Amino acid sequence: MATLLLAEHDNKALNGVTAKALTAATALGAPVHVLVAGQDAKAVAEAAAALSGVDKVLLADDALYAHRLAEPLAALLVSLAGGYDAIVAPSTSMTKNVLPRVAALLDVMQVSDIIKVVSPDTFERPIYAGNAIQTVQSTDAKKVITVRTASFAATGAGGSAAVEAVGAQADPGVSSFVDESLAVSDRPELTAAKIIVSGGRAVGSKEKFGEVIEPLADVLGAAVGASRAAVDAGYAPNDWQVGQTGKVVAPELYVAIGISGAIQHLAGMKDSKVIVAINKDEEAPIFQVADYGLVGDLFAIVPELKSEIAKVKG
Amino acid sequence: MKVLVPVKRVVDYNVKVRVKSDGTGVELSHVKMSMNPFDEIAVEEALRLKEAGIATEVVAVSIGPAQASETLRTALAMGADRGILVKTDATVEPLAVAKILKAVIAEEAPRLVILGKQAIDDDANQTGQMLAALLGWGQGTFASKVVIDGDAVLVTREIDGGAQTVRLALPAIVTTDLRLNEPRYASLPNIMKAKKKPIDEKSPDGYGVDVAPRLKVLTTAEPAGRKAGVKVGSVSELVAKLKDEAGVI
Repeated sequence: MATLLLAEHDNKALNGVTAKALTAATALGAPVHVLVAGQDAKAVAEAAAALSGVDKVLLADDALYAHRLAEPLAALLVSLAGGYDAIVAPSTSMTKNVLPRVAALLDVMQVSDIIKVVSPDTFERPIYAGNAIQTVQSTDAKKVITVRTASFAATGAGGSAAVEAVGAQADPGVSSFVDESLAVSDRPELTAAKIIVSGGRAVGSKEKFGEVIEPLADVLGAAVGASRAAVDAGYAPNDWQVGQTGKVVAPELYVAIGISGAIQHLAGMKDSKVIVAINKDEEAPIFQVADYGLVGDLFAIVPELKSEIAKVKG
Repeated sequence: MKVLVPVKRVVDYNVKVRVKSDGTGVELSHVKMSMNPFDEIAVEEALRLKEAGIATEVVAVSIGPAQASETLRTALAMGADRGILVKTDATVEPLAVAKILKAVIAEEAPRLVILGKQAIDDDANQTGQMLAALLGWGQGTFASKVVIDGDAVLVTREIDGGAQTVRLALPAIVTTDLRLNEPRYASLPNIMKAKKKPIDEKSPDGYGVDVAPRLKVLTTAEPAGRKAGVKVGSVSELVAKLKDEAGVI
């Protein structure tokens, strides 16, 4: 049988994490079908069909799936599950909401956040904020899996799969969408960014984030991240949070500014290719994982760093 | 309205866990244990609903070994009214936890169940969603705001890129995210009072739930380490290294 991959998108464009999860889905060894559930999402389905290794794209285009609420989307996935050995999704706030609901309806124990496919039923996944890696074998007949996309390379283009329409399922009728407020930003998304500039509690305020951290990010074309402490203190929005309970990232360059390096933060960024730490405490644990450390006052260092980089980039 | 709050006993968030040298798991003996931080937020939210006159009773439930009663005492000291301990020494996966909670809910008939979005030990982030599925209820996961509105609950959720508000028919499931509230500390008089609050003891067998794990843990290993690099003396040295040595700018 085949593997069903749930696509992440915003009804307009396919999110790049889908292509990364596709790499994991393909490793299961069966043909991969991609499910695009959305409203007016034909362009998304076409983008998914162009990914290399996709066998077929299922498009469930209905107002019911416009915001991908868990209750109707889980009902749709369960209705399709009979034809699949595995249901796979990139780990995002949408799939973390939906997939466990699907797993329970199928009486399957989900495998969350896999970082490696060992065999079609055996996976590696981090526990304790990445301080230990478990190898688990699923004994369920069907597998339900979310993929930590920072651990997989994206599959390239070159596919030309057919797009097949699937009908909407009945709305379970227990939930409805009220509204959504999405930050509008010209910066890259955290999970897709090649460079990330993150600030911690030492940044001191929301205003300082704007004055110190964000300009450096902009000169680097980087996404902005934050530690849990900074989010907790209200200096940065929750969806900037990098760490165990936030986003897990692995960019080419990660710049940690005023971040001490708590276990739960390291869990979200220690697979970055190059890590730079700027902190006034030379004993801060962040220096134990940093390739380049600079000890000093961030309010002096970061503006200087910004102008030096601007010069280099000319 | 009765509110049920499941709480989990986990390794304290300040403890750096160590993997056992034989690869059978992580070292749990002589390690400080606490209530899962997201569950503290769940208890706090339930208590605020009670203080606002919306909730009438807050019942805490924990599934775990005898010592999980300490976690329940913490919830009672914060202000929960009574506790239920579903005692088991087995490792109980989220799916089995959800099945046990479903059975507890059949007896207790709460209108709202508030859980932490994830436990910081297995990092699964599944139990609330699975429980909602088994009950056929709506789910407001990763909540940053919870407002009861008659026969419904409005839940503002943390999502990638911003926030989303959904309306759920009651009864419903809510799972907590970081910014929902700041949990209170239990005062000494309340800790003393909590010792007299009742805790019922139950078992998974009593509920007819099979807790046999579906995932076989083959090994538990240390993650690949990362070596500390070098300290640089100045911004210009840093920029030079990033450009010439690392090639990332």
